Amino acid sequence: MTPTLSIDDLRIAFSHRAGSIEAVDRVSLQIAPSECVGIVGESGSGKTQVFMAAMGLLAGNARATGSVRFEGRELLAADRATLNRVRGSKLTMIPQDPMTSLTPHLKIGIQLAEVMVAHLGTTWSDARSCARRMLERVHVAEPMRRLNQYPHELSGGMRQRVMIAMSLLCEPSLVIADEPSTALDVTIQAQIIELLRAVRGEFGMALALISHDLAVVAGLADRILVMYAGRIVEAAAAGELFRRPRHPYTAELLKCVPDISGPRPARLPTLVGQPPRPGEVLEACAFAPRCSRAAERCRIERPELGGPAGAQVACHFPLSND
Amino acid sequence: MIEPLLKVRDLCVDFGSNAAVRGVDFDLAAGEIVGLVGESGSGKSTLARAILRLLQPVRGSVQFLGQDLLQCSSAALRARRRELQIVFQDPLASLNPRMTVGEAIGEPLQIFELEQTARARQLQVDAMLERVGLASGMAARYPHEFSGGQCQRVGIARAMILRPKLLICDEVVSSLDMSIQGQIVNLLIDLQREAGMAVLFISHNLAVVRHLSQRVMVIYSGKLVEIAFCDALFAAPKHPYTRALLAAVPRLPSVIPTPAAPTVPASPVLSASPVLSAEPVQQARLMASGCAYRDRCPYVLPLCETTEPPLIEIGTGHWAACHRSHETLIPLSSVS
Repeated sequence: MTPTLSIDDLRIAFSHRAGSIEAVDRVSLQIAPSECVGIVGESGSGKTQVFMAAMGLLAGNARATGSVRFEGRELLAADRATLNRVRGSKLTMIPQDPMTSLTPHLKIGIQLAEVMVAHLGTTWSDARSCARRMLERVHVAEPMRRLNQYPHELSGGMRQRVMIAMSLLCEPSLVIADEPSTALDVTIQAQIIELLRAVRGEFGMALALISHDLAVVAGLADRILVMYAGRIVEAAAAGELFRRPRHPYTAELLKCVPDISGPRPARLPTLVGQPPRPGEVLEACAFAPRCSRAAERCRIERPELGGPAGAQVACHFPLSND
Repeated sequence: MIEPLLKVRDLCVDFGSNAAVRGVDFDLAAGEIVGLVGESGSGKSTLARAILRLLQPVRGSVQFLGQDLLQCSSAALRARRRELQIVFQDPLASLNPRMTVGEAIGEPLQIFELEQTARARQLQVDAMLERVGLASGMAARYPHEFSGGQCQRVGIARAMILRPKLLICDEVVSSLDMSIQGQIVNLLIDLQREAGMAVLFISHNLAVVRHLSQRVMVIYSGKLVEIAFCDALFAAPKHPYTRALLAAVPRLPSVIPTPAAPTVPASPVLSASPVLSAEPVQQARLMASGCAYRDRCPYVLPLCETTEPPLIEIGTGHWAACHRSHETLIPLSSVS
């Protein structure tokens, strides 16, 4: 079976006055049809850039090498026309900030209908009724009225529902959700995650869920990729990752998630040290300077992602060896 | 009984015809860390700004060490503000981009004329930088050279250099990565132990609030709906809104306890989704009477339509504003 998304040896570097900054370093991943993959990492770990490359939305000074295939079709070197046939219809994105991702001067109905008119050649009136039905399906109250409203008239949670509706209009194979709930309140966040779960069941598309919050990803993902300093350091089935994290970074991250029950430690667990600065050249293990298990080998040789499918780790001394 | 550091009574703030804060009463003891939680638009930041008189309340009093900040002269208020400091959510936006970090941290000393010479200020700034976990050599750098977490440390240093008696932290960790949140929370805990100031910690993240607060206040639609000691609030929340907030916190699978048997039969919350049913009621739709939460509440009674429940003490130090607070005794574990 062809994976929906297949990324091979992707590198992304941003050129800069003082040289070049590598943001993504030899990332390979696959997303199967209908699979939900969570991509977790801190700010600057490269998690968003990987998918920006897939969408052809990298900044002008970025240079990407490797391969990004969507349903077997290469996107990385594709021209704009090829990209435009795919993105927005079969490959869609729900952005982090619902406040700035809608055009402020166009009514919701036009922005939604336009997607179908542009990609499927639907008539405006048909597209408009599809848009209304889609708003219903993502539980937007009073969908008829919403079509005639401007983005500023909607709350943040409502706008994110509109973005989700927009991403689903052309029956996508893969939806990329980049921190879809981070800008929202905890209560609305729970609603949006719940909605994504329902939508996935109903539409059966694959979902790439990008977040810095393991707990958010935990509720949805079948498989989780942990990124650190532009690399994938662990790729495991969600249950396995939470039960038995193999990379020391994953284990530390899991300890950092505060909870609403259980013991209250005097201090919250934190990661020691700082992530590497952008542009810092890392030949060996990027996490070694912060790792309590690091040995000489970790400072010389870069660990490659390996191990059985469902429990892959890039570490010379993974935790399961204990 | 010891006089509290801060005594807020019947505090009301209006924005035009919208009531943003409606009759808030609470005390804050010296050296106490109190969490304030609620959704966007619930009035938590407005309440903080009203306490500092950064905006003018329409009614009420804010007694700080016996002096009413809402009545005192602007000169007296200015002098008092030395003891009342605030750290804001967006760490980069709250620093002047054209001032070095050292200048920003030293500026309060200059304003309050606490250190006469630049050299003396410099020494204090360096010590403060190190105290918040930054190198003293960073004083000459500009805010844009710092990460979000580092900027937040600068904001905290700038507030703490005056040795305030009350520090208000308004969503100081909300924009930070999970791993950095813990560092900032730990820094606040350490600073509180050393300096002994009271902290009003505003956040929508209950898991973070739980880790540093002694007491927690829950605000909904401009009113405090529950006040309790931290452990009591998380173990046995009395207000349905508090319960809904707790149920919405995303959690790791390994730490989710198996649901216990329901203790209240035929309670609507048991069949309802833990996710809140609707968006917060728009301020404009707030009715003159009745409970503001009733449209979203699975426990709603006819009484809730007509009478707004007062905030009453239902246990030692545990206050709730709900007509059914005495009967809805479902432990947290059975809610989700």
